Amino acid sequence: MIVLEVTELSKEFDGLRALDGVSFKAEDGEILGIIGPNGAGKTTLFNLISGIYPPSGGEINFQGKSILGMKPHQISRLGVGRTFQIVRPFQNLDVETNVLVAYGHRCYPSLWNSTRPFRQRPILEEVEILIEKAGLQPYAKQLAKNLPLGFKKRLEIARALALRPRLLLLDEPSAGLRFEESVRLMDLIRQVRDQGIGILLIEHNMQVVMDLCWRIVVLDHGSKIAEGSPDEIRSNPLVIQAYLGKEA
Amino acid sequence: MIGGYLITILITIVIYAILAHSLNIITGQAGQISLGHAAFFGIGAYTAAMLYTEAGFPFWIDVPLAAFVAGLIGALLGIPCLRVRDDFLAITTMGINFVVEAVFLYIPFFGGAMGIGGISLPNWFGREMTKAEYFLLILIVFVVLLLLDRWLGRSWIGLAWASIREDEQAAGAMGVDVVRFKVFAFILGSMIAGLAGGFYAHFLTFIMPQNFGFGQSIVILCMVVFGGIGTRWGPVVGAIILGVLPEVFRPIMEYRTLVYGLLLLAMMRFQPGGLLGSESILTNVLRRLIYRWSGCRVSL
Repeated sequence: MIVLEVTELSKEFDGLRALDGVSFKAEDGEILGIIGPNGAGKTTLFNLISGIYPPSGGEINFQGKSILGMKPHQISRLGVGRTFQIVRPFQNLDVETNVLVAYGHRCYPSLWNSTRPFRQRPILEEVEILIEKAGLQPYAKQLAKNLPLGFKKRLEIARALALRPRLLLLDEPSAGLRFEESVRLMDLIRQVRDQGIGILLIEHNMQVVMDLCWRIVVLDHGSKIAEGSPDEIRSNPLVIQAYLGKEA
Repeated sequence: MIGGYLITILITIVIYAILAHSLNIITGQAGQISLGHAAFFGIGAYTAAMLYTEAGFPFWIDVPLAAFVAGLIGALLGIPCLRVRDDFLAITTMGINFVVEAVFLYIPFFGGAMGIGGISLPNWFGREMTKAEYFLLILIVFVVLLLLDRWLGRSWIGLAWASIREDEQAAGAMGVDVVRFKVFAFILGSMIAGLAGGFYAHFLTFIMPQNFGFGQSIVILCMVVFGGIGTRWGPVVGAIILGVLPEVFRPIMEYRTLVYGLLLLAMMRFQPGGLLGSESILTNVLRRLIYRWSGCRVSL
C-alpha cells in the first residue's frame, strides 16, 4: 500500500529554490533511499513532510490524505516518525523518559488526559520493549547526553517508534558512526521495515543505501534526476554526472 | 507569640516563595525565559486592591479573581509572545513589565504614583485576621501549590514541558503541541503570580507601581536561579535565602546590592545549576546522607 505520495513539491527560501517539483511514492514495508550531493534538498524534503515548514507548492499525501498545512505535532500524531541529521535527543532526560515523551502522543491532544501520571506500569512495559529492541536496555536510566553517538541515533529511532509510525524518516542514520555501529543500526532499520513500516532513508554512505534500499530517488539542485533500483541508479549517466561532474 | 517583625519577614518570604515557584513553572519547567514576571504579580495586586477598595469585594473573592485576571492577561500576552524564542522572548517579556508598570503609574484610574491604599488583612469569624493567622493561611496555600506542582511534574504535562525545555523541534516531532503547552505554562505561572499579588496587596495594605517593576522581576528570577532552576525545592530555598539576606544586611544597607551581586556571580561560577541543582554540592551531600540513613538511593 502507498503510505506517502509527494506530488510536484517545491520549496523556496527567499528566492532560492531548495526543492523544485519533486514527485515520488513510498510504500509501506519498503526502504526508499533518498540520495544526492550536498545541498540537493534532501533534508528540506524531510522538513516539509514532517511539517517543520510549509511547502511553496505541491501536495503531500500520507495514507491517502493530504497533510499539507499541518503542524509537526499533528503530523507526528498521525504516524510519521523522524530522526534528525544532527541528533536531537532530549539530552538531560534519561533514555526511558525520552521514549516516554513520544509515547504520550495520544494523551497530549486532551489537556485533561495530560494530567494523568506518565509512569504507569503498562506504558513502562511497552517502553521497555522498544528500548530493548533498540539495544539500549543497559542504558535505560542513563541521561541521553552521556550516550555515545551510535546509541543516541538508536534512541532517536526508538523514540520515533513510540509514535507507532506508519512512516519513518531517517536522516543520515549512519553518518559519523564506526563500521560496526552502522552495521548494527542497519539491522535495526531492517527490523523496523519488516514490521511493515515505510521508511525514507537519506544516506551518503552508498554501501548502506545499496544494501538496504530496493528503490532509490536521486535529487540534485532541488530536482529529482532519477528513480529506480540500486543497479539502475548506479549506471544512470545523470547520477554519475551529478556526483562526479560532466566529462570535459 | 512570634514577634511582629519576624512574622512580617515570614510572610514576605512565603509570598516570594509562591512567586519564585510560579516563575519556575514558566522558566524552569517549560524552559521559557521571562524577565517580566513582576508584571503579573502587579496585575494580581492591583486587581485585588481595586476590587477591594472600589467595588467592596471581600478578600476571599478578590484574591481568586486577581489570579483569574492575571491568568487571562497572561494568556492574551503569552499567545503572541511565545511564538518568539529565547533572547527575543526575554526582551518581549521585559517590555511587558515596563508597559504594565507604566499603566499603573500614568493612568489615574490606577492611583498613579501614589498607588492604592486602604487595603486590609482579610476578615474571618467577624474580625480581622492577625498576621500570624495570615501567615498560616498563605503557607497552606503554598503547600497546596507545591502538591499541585508535584502532581503536574509526574503527569504528561510535566513531561511535555520537559521535552520543550530540552528541544522544541524534537518535541514537536514527538507529537507535543509546543505552542499550546508553552501557553499553558505561561497562564498557570501568571495565575499563581497574580495570586501572590493578591496576598501581597492585602498584607502590605498599600501598593505602588514601583513594587512591580523590572527590578522585582530580576529579584524573582534570581531566587529561582539561585535555588536551582527547574527543581521543586530550589526556588523555595532561593526565596528564603534571598528573602532573609536584605534583613541580615540591613546594617550595611548601601552594600546590599553589591553582596547580592557577588553572591550570584559566585553561584554562576561554582554552582551554575543552583543550590539544589542536580549536580550541585549540596544535592550530592543530601543524596549521600539520605543513602546512609535509609539505605536507598533517591533522585533529588
